Amino acid sequence: MFQHDRLSNEITLFQKIKNLDYILLVSVILLSVLSIFVMYSTDGGEILFHTKNHFVKLAVFFPLMIFVAFFNIKFWHNFSYIIYLIVILLLIYVSFFGIKSSGSKRWMDLYLFVLQPSELMKVAIIMCLAKYFHRIKIENVNSFTSITIVLSIIIIPIIFVISQPDLGTSILIALSGLIILWLGGMKIKYFIYSFITFLISLPFIISFLKPYQKLRILTFLDPDRDPLGAGYQIIQSKIAIGSGGLNGKGFLKGTQSYLDFLPEKHTDFIFTLFSEEFGFIGSVGLLILYSIIIFRILRIGAISRSNFARLFCFGYAFAIFIYIVVNLSMVLGLLPIVGSPLPIMSYGGSSMLATMIGFGIVLSAKINHKQMIA
Amino acid sequence: MIKSNSGIRKTDVINRRMFIIGAAKVVVFVGIVARLFSLQINENKKYLTLSDKNRIREWKLPPTRGNIVDYFGNVIAGNLKVYQLHIIPEQVENFNYLLVRLKNLLNLSDKRIARINKLKAELKPWDSIIVSENLSWSQFVKINNYLYDLVGVKPVMTISRNYPFNEVYTHVLGYVSQPNEKEILENEIIQERFVPGMKIGKLGLEKRLENYLIGTNAIQRYEVNAYGKRINQLEHQKGKQGSKIRLTVDTEIQKACGKLLNEKAGSISVMDIYTGDIIAMYSSPSYNPNLFLFGISQDEWQLIRNNPLKPLINKTLSGLYSPGSTIKPIVALSALENKVIDTKFKVKCTGKMELYGQTFHCWKEKGHGWVSLKNAMKQSCDTYFYEVARLLGVDRLNITAEKFGLGKKVLGDYFDNEKKGLFPNTKWKKNNLGKGWVLGETLITGIGQGYIQSTPLQLCMMTAQIANGGFAVKPKIIVDSNPISYEDAKQSMESGLLFDTDSEKLLDKKLFKNQRNVKIVQEAMFASTNERFGTSYKSRIDDPKYQFAGKTGTAQVKRISKRERELDLELEQIPYKDRDHALYVAYGPYVNPRYALSIIVEHGGSGSKAAAPIAKKLFKLIIDRHDLRNKQSNFERITV
Repeated sequence: MFQHDRLSNEITLFQKIKNLDYILLVSVILLSVLSIFVMYSTDGGEILFHTKNHFVKLAVFFPLMIFVAFFNIKFWHNFSYIIYLIVILLLIYVSFFGIKSSGSKRWMDLYLFVLQPSELMKVAIIMCLAKYFHRIKIENVNSFTSITIVLSIIIIPIIFVISQPDLGTSILIALSGLIILWLGGMKIKYFIYSFITFLISLPFIISFLKPYQKLRILTFLDPDRDPLGAGYQIIQSKIAIGSGGLNGKGFLKGTQSYLDFLPEKHTDFIFTLFSEEFGFIGSVGLLILYSIIIFRILRIGAISRSNFARLFCFGYAFAIFIYIVVNLSMVLGLLPIVGSPLPIMSYGGSSMLATMIGFGIVLSAKINHKQMIA
Repeated sequence: MIKSNSGIRKTDVINRRMFIIGAAKVVVFVGIVARLFSLQINENKKYLTLSDKNRIREWKLPPTRGNIVDYFGNVIAGNLKVYQLHIIPEQVENFNYLLVRLKNLLNLSDKRIARINKLKAELKPWDSIIVSENLSWSQFVKINNYLYDLVGVKPVMTISRNYPFNEVYTHVLGYVSQPNEKEILENEIIQERFVPGMKIGKLGLEKRLENYLIGTNAIQRYEVNAYGKRINQLEHQKGKQGSKIRLTVDTEIQKACGKLLNEKAGSISVMDIYTGDIIAMYSSPSYNPNLFLFGISQDEWQLIRNNPLKPLINKTLSGLYSPGSTIKPIVALSALENKVIDTKFKVKCTGKMELYGQTFHCWKEKGHGWVSLKNAMKQSCDTYFYEVARLLGVDRLNITAEKFGLGKKVLGDYFDNEKKGLFPNTKWKKNNLGKGWVLGETLITGIGQGYIQSTPLQLCMMTAQIANGGFAVKPKIIVDSNPISYEDAKQSMESGLLFDTDSEKLLDKKLFKNQRNVKIVQEAMFASTNERFGTSYKSRIDDPKYQFAGKTGTAQVKRISKRERELDLELEQIPYKDRDHALYVAYGPYVNPRYALSIIVEHGGSGSKAAAPIAKKLFKLIIDRHDLRNKQSNFERITV
């Protein structure tokens, strides 16, 4: 065993570079370049604040992804719990000393940029649970102890994130965690039972929601009830997307965004702008690009020897998928508005940092796919 | 081995479950694509429309009012380019500095500056503030010279109403000004076309014909952003100027009327006796309607409002006067028609008449002696008409008077300030005053005093209908789409029947039973002007081309006491307010008559001294312009 380890550790830098997944890498680069163009459009066809910052972030985080990829997947396995704990500590720090902005406390000032630890948790929770299910015997998966442990792993960060308050990110963290539970072999009936319990307790949950969150749900159900207030975003988003048509209005010609009818066009509604300017064809193209990325991650998972890498890749692929689905459903008026960025495309450092780290670990799994982990 | 077995089993579980999830992912992505398809392909049109509704906003510009022209096509209410000064606050670097500069350049008042500051606080920074609505050319040039120093200032050229003849037509046309809220709400067309800065008719024909004159807005389409700020102009859609309206009036005659009544209170009306065209309709004193366009100043307004000669009242239509002796032709006609008198009927005038212990005076103290109809009319003998009225009775007199247009509006709906006047009868007194008619009241009605009240235009129409041989005319001030020539109107009138286009009925135009009676009255009026001892003999014109027939009137505004009668005061000795109104009605030329007129000079004294001489001056002009007017009959046809 030790020998094997040593062997795999002897992979040279050249081999590492050679073993990178180039289809995934090219897709990510394509997405990054596209995101800069779209950001340029949100700035009204000028290189302004958002375009510059987005470019700088890509320029920093893309090499970071490669850097992460060059660590052995075993290293990430070994540090998974610690990383999870560090992010929990950051969440605790933020809940006390975080920067408050528009009513929620989510950020910490790192001088160079502002970090949102809850975004990092989206990746950390997958790592942590992947390691747990990697180590646990399959017979024990459904034991009371392990269920208690994994539920705690999911619930603890959610408590912090939901109290920031940040419903969108907590849902994404929860879903990312639950998918590992599912993949890890937890009994299907538990999922069914808890889903039924969730449905029953839904009215109670709603009664605990903040007024603005309730309003969002009501607005989702009927956006026209207050077209200039709460329903404004979703109505304007649908107008922008719908008016894009088959070919779109053309790059830099999206009137809805150019004339400021679109809210939050840099972040959560970036797809709306993209879809207005590039139309149905562009939107489906973007979805295909994302699908390629997801498929490549799944494939890397499938060829991985270790269950940690496998679980992480499958879990992360699902997480990326969920981010996309939640974001698109939101801007298409299929789900209530919950803050959730579109990976890479949306403006936002923490989200990009987390996404790139995730890709980095996936690439590390690719480079070391023959690596066994005890 | 056990461990690796477990590892393999675990891997199997993970892979199997991954496969299920993968299938679910495909379904969800297909769902999202379906949603995209539905929004972008199926409902594309709907959302494109909504997107355009978002980004395109229309700005309406004030419509251009239609011109009003006189019979000869001279513009009497037109439009003029005016120069305005706007400030666009967001382009201004230093607002206070700019205001100081403008204050010095344009002599703006402190009040005006405060108003601009208030507007600036109220409006969006890209909305322009109108600093001055009407800059003079020199001010405009001055501003343009200093424009480099006045960042954010925009000199603008726009169109405003203009009345080139100033006060000449004020009471006919009225004027335009900013509408108030009620006026906007009451008229749907104004409501639809209203934009700030637009002016609407406030009075007269400008008000009555608002819906024809108003015109349609020019529309500018702009692309706007979510905050309503204009980004760029997309298109400009030209508006349509309001309809052009041609009036029957003659500016030369109207101007002459103004001159003849200069510094007097009164009114002159001139009418075509066949077509009913109103040639002139002047109420004196008048005021300049151009003052109201940009808001009249307090001082100027007070000057108009407090003028004792009451320029704000349209005396032609809303002034109610006792007709005095000008009623006598109608009294005579009514008596003749009812066979109460004939031309040989005579009355002895002793200067007064006693009735039930009450004395009724003739204006001539010594009396006229035995007078027949012709002489009584000529010398305006009151005693004769007391007697005729007594024999006739007020009810029969009322029927004839109303037939000839007294007690009814002359122009119908055209002017909302037109008054009906009053011609009394026994029933009227019973219904309105609750008392029975007294014979003495019949007597004074016979000389045009008492309850009787008429507008100058009514007297003009009455005279016109006597002049044309006793046929009904339909007075009008607007040339309709199918103007009838003077000859055609005369011919159709003398046939006695007329097809009325409004009611689509054949109307009996004859106002008489026996046309001979009308002729007798005409001859008596001729005598009054053209024979010695006639009351207006001094104002006659001998040239048959201009020769006219008329009847003077002197209306008492106050009962004359016995003492005053004995004093026989000169006009200047009586306080202005107590002086008699001077009246004169006339038509001419006597042979082949064409025009009738009525003149009233408030507190002018006697009709023969104050009113008849005006007619002499006016008739020459009116008749000289007849040929010109005839040539204009086939002037371009204008649809209203």
